[in-house]
Amino acid sequence: MGSKTKIWARAAGLITSCVFLIYGLHRGEAGVVLNKAVNICLECIGLG
Amino acid sequence: MKITYAIKRKLLQIIALGCSNAHLLNFKGGKIYTGKWKQFCNPGLNCYSCPAAGFACPIGALQAVNGSMQFSFSFYVTGLLLAFGLLLGRAVCGWLCPFGLLQELIHKIPSPKWHLKKGFLYVKYVVLVVFVLILPIAATDYMGMGKPAFCQYICPAGTLEGGLFLLAAHENLRNAIGALFGLKAAILILTLIGCVLVYRCFCRVLCPLGAIYGLFNKFSIFHLTVDSHKCVGCGKCKDVCQMEVDPVKTPDSAECIRCGACADACPTGAVCLGFSTKRGKSLA
Repeated sequence: MGSKTKIWARAAGLITSCVFLIYGLHRGEAGVVLNKAVNICLECIGLG
Repeated sequence: MKITYAIKRKLLQIIALGCSNAHLLNFKGGKIYTGKWKQFCNPGLNCYSCPAAGFACPIGALQAVNGSMQFSFSFYVTGLLLAFGLLLGRAVCGWLCPFGLLQELIHKIPSPKWHLKKGFLYVKYVVLVVFVLILPIAATDYMGMGKPAFCQYICPAGTLEGGLFLLAAHENLRNAIGALFGLKAAILILTLIGCVLVYRCFCRVLCPLGAIYGLFNKFSIFHLTVDSHKCVGCGKCKDVCQMEVDPVKTPDSAECIRCGACADACPTGAVCLGFSTKRGKSLA
């Protein structure tokens, strides 16, 4: 893969990641993550 | 004294372990941290049910959002994984993952050391697709909620970091132990034995996060280059690589965790690791 293609791929990927992050935060996904993470996850510890 | 990549990496791994698991006092009462930092994901695999964990596990978070009633795709966690992957690739596994550090320490236990057959490397992609991406969305209950299948049926990090400590502290949890815990305990024991025999056995065979970051190794800004003018073809880089990668042939291999052992071993300084793209001319 050429270096220019790599640079474009990285730039496009980073822009996409920023858009995804902002959109995800905007629609409240961080709250779902928080809700899951602050309670003991029974599945994770092998009981769920 | 030359500060090698091995020294830098070990230091950063210890710092990352401390930052990811700062709430050590929670071990005493069998509690977990419940502050707002847990809405952010750790770059490496670290169970959010570990009493000391200060951040969410990205694989657990991805399944939680994808399997929730409100959403069927997590833009937030995907965006984070995309950013970590593009910046660092599998350097996250090599430099920042707490479970990776644990596996490296376990591998130091004296025993015969085995090579991993190539076919096993593809298992983690099946685990990623089936247990992390498909099952939490497809296998839902009457309310439309999916379960985190990877955490539930496989993840040995959750059993070790969260399960053992919480079960030790809470009798009511111990009373709920059943066949599922037996399955997860068996996977944990097999993983630990595997890690004694094979370097980073879990990372290479089962870890869905490693599978995701491996896909970014071709594009990641932190990368490995081999200068074709300096390389004398001695093969020392390949010999020292515990992930069984040949850096000269495949510097962007999805299995390379960017540990820098090859760069430390190179007698001519042909192998470079870092963010800059101008330091070496790749052979591949």
